[in-house]
Amino acid sequence: MARVERKCSARVYYLTMINFVLRRLASAVPTVFLVITISFFLMRFAPGGPFDLERPLPPETMANIMKTYQLDQPLWIQYIHYLGNAVRGDFGPSFIYKDNTVAQLIAQALPYSVQIGSTALLIALVGGVILGTTAALRQNGIIDIALMSVSTVGITVPTFVMGPVLTLIFALILGWLPAGGWGDGSFRQLALPITVLALPQIAIIARLTRGSMIEALHTDHIRTAKAYGLPSRVVVITHALRGAMLPVVSYLAPAAAALLTGSAVVESIFTIPGIGRFFVLGALNRDYPLVMATVVIVAVFVIVFNLLVDIAYGLLDPRVRHD
Amino acid sequence: MADMNDANSTVLTVKDLKVNFSTPDGEVQAVKGTSFSVKKGETLAIVGESGSGKSQTMMAIMGLLAANGKVSGSARYGNTEMIGADLGRLNAVRGSKITMIFQEPMTSLDPLYTIGKQIAEPLVHHRGMGKRQARARVLELLKLVGIPEPERRIDSYPHEMSGGQRQRVMIAMALANEPDLLIADEPTTALDVTIQAQILDLLADLQKRFGMAIVLITHDLGVVKHVADRVVVMRRGEIVEQGTRDAIFEHAQHDYTKMLLASEPSGSKAAPPANAPVILEGRNVTVDFEIGSGILFKTSRKFRAVDSVNVTLRQGQTIGIVGESGSGKSTLGRALLRLLESDGRYRFDTSDISLLDRKAMRPFRRQMQLVFQDPYGSLSPRQTVGEIITEGLYVHEPNLTKADRDKRAIEALKEVGLDPAARNRYPHEFSGGQRQRIAIARSMILKPKVVILDEPTSALDRSVQRQVIELLRDLQQKHDLSYVFISHDLSVIRAISDHVIVMKSGRIVEEGPTDDIFESPAQDYTKALIAAAFTH
Repeated sequence: MARVERKCSARVYYLTMINFVLRRLASAVPTVFLVITISFFLMRFAPGGPFDLERPLPPETMANIMKTYQLDQPLWIQYIHYLGNAVRGDFGPSFIYKDNTVAQLIAQALPYSVQIGSTALLIALVGGVILGTTAALRQNGIIDIALMSVSTVGITVPTFVMGPVLTLIFALILGWLPAGGWGDGSFRQLALPITVLALPQIAIIARLTRGSMIEALHTDHIRTAKAYGLPSRVVVITHALRGAMLPVVSYLAPAAAALLTGSAVVESIFTIPGIGRFFVLGALNRDYPLVMATVVIVAVFVIVFNLLVDIAYGLLDPRVRHD
Repeated sequence: MADMNDANSTVLTVKDLKVNFSTPDGEVQAVKGTSFSVKKGETLAIVGESGSGKSQTMMAIMGLLAANGKVSGSARYGNTEMIGADLGRLNAVRGSKITMIFQEPMTSLDPLYTIGKQIAEPLVHHRGMGKRQARARVLELLKLVGIPEPERRIDSYPHEMSGGQRQRVMIAMALANEPDLLIADEPTTALDVTIQAQILDLLADLQKRFGMAIVLITHDLGVVKHVADRVVVMRRGEIVEQGTRDAIFEHAQHDYTKMLLASEPSGSKAAPPANAPVILEGRNVTVDFEIGSGILFKTSRKFRAVDSVNVTLRQGQTIGIVGESGSGKSTLGRALLRLLESDGRYRFDTSDISLLDRKAMRPFRRQMQLVFQDPYGSLSPRQTVGEIITEGLYVHEPNLTKADRDKRAIEALKEVGLDPAARNRYPHEFSGGQRQRIAIARSMILKPKVVILDEPTSALDRSVQRQVIELLRDLQQKHDLSYVFISHDLSVIRAISDHVIVMKSGRIVEEGPTDDIFESPAQDYTKALIAAAFTH
């Protein structure tokens, strides 16, 4: 096949990259629209409503409430309204937290979730890559087997078990760390929830890194690097690890979106005022605007992180910069 | 040639080198005590077929064995004992005093870094050069190995270069620190013949200029004859014979060496009678592939792999299609079988098959068979040989009983020279040559009229190749078969075909009776191909 010689100069590459980012953002619009539409109708078709209490409200009161929240209108009109408001950044009032709009609720809660989520992600990435690489370099050795067994535990033990167990040990028995709450927001205060969030991710990233690192260490170009007497540090970090990071980077997009948008379980165990609890509370209470807003947030995070991952991919691997 | 008795003239002395691999099936002795030496400035060829231990010998010396490999014995470079040396001492020699180039130019370079950075690495690590100084030296090296526009190519990534260019890059890297010894492990095997000749000439030229010794590991005696001063012949982990090139080529002592020397494909094929009926014909065969659509751009371009080619195959004829990689020869073969979408008119025997759909093609399929290059990838590892070769019968002769199918399997295996008991075993239990026989049996069981053979012998050692060619010849005579034999290997084509088509970039450059093409080629490209293939 004819070899097309196209050298990507830095300038051309960045221009292409900007073009790429803009087009990806544009294509995100229909995605978000679809997410909103599907969740809007799914939500409404689920049985029950926000004001169904155990003891039914008097019909006049009910009618009033329905009118206030425009729930008496036909579904498609509500949908159009919702879309129109959402475009303007208005996600409506919360049905449950009556004094707040959904936007306010989320604006208050999101920073808490993002803070512990991003710390956990960073720890998971650094820890996972180091552990995975260590295991790969000692493939089938004692350290490798030990690390991989521990990581299986990390993946399989659910957070609602890990959370209370760690609290019991480090907060109640040893008394080293606070058991919960946001407190002053210091690392010590948040060490337990961050650890519980990070542990399964460390385990997953360590396994991914190990697998791709073992593969990378057996490639021909690693043999070349060794044959040319390059120091082990250069062979492992410069040549093997960079290639081995590609699958890890792909995994980071969904992982980051999940971590940064808060975990309902971890946030309730450690009484963190993040947005994780809104998923559960909103869904249980049929607080339509709240659920919709959390869904949109997650969708946007997923889209943004996927985009970041694709950019990172281009930076890591020159082969995908072409075409 | 250097004085044999002068210790100073020896670059590398290997004594009683043994390599063992521990495998799930037990210890495997890959190298069983080899001893040889390499003198300053000479080219020593280590020759052997696959599994002879020729590569593992050098890998062991360089400390590059796989994790399950163990080495004992001695290999001295100057005062450094390489076997058992710690990493620090090994790394002082590797990439500086002894360097290596490998068989796979496509994968031997790191795809994530520019070639400039990779060539500079040994300079930076062994000589402590700064970035700018290293870059200047890299430019010099790129010029030396004949990379055009080095100022521009220095920032290219490996995937932006062809196989030949990548091998030049590897050579530049190998020369960077002006080594005393360069180990070239099958450096030209993965390259097209014309490129092969260029790379060998380059190596010879550089050796003359810099005076380093070269150890050339190869299975190709043509290459050895062309470049070696001395030859070591290996078989099954042992050196069977060593001596000067002339001694080996003219007075080989050992039977194995004689056998290797005699295993160049030979013989020729007579053309079928001029009035033999046409069995398969393709008119204006044209194949386009869509290319493009990566992550950044969504474009679609067309690549014309085969461009208005005419092929007429007569009964009993063997048409050899030669060409380098990317010439479209394999695509043409598949198009003739109507295995991919193409433009053109096709005729099989007396039927026009141009427009037949899958179902309508089915009755013709059994008469037109295909044998692939890769005897490892083309046989399902989870089926027994019997299941593999009788599979086609289920489709084309569904009424056969189990006993009938078994009988046919036995016949087919006998026909290709295998023990009928093979049908109860699995492909991994067979060697490359035996697997190719199995693949041929799978075609023959259907009693085809036309067989398209796509590089059927390219993955095989020469001595095995010769047997497979003889088998194909026998089968052709016995069943009046017609072959289209696709290969990049001109000596094989010459031995088996009576008509040759030379292809380049999807077009026919030249065609004609085999003798005419080889003895008086008309086109420059054909001349270059033949010159590259037969002068070394």
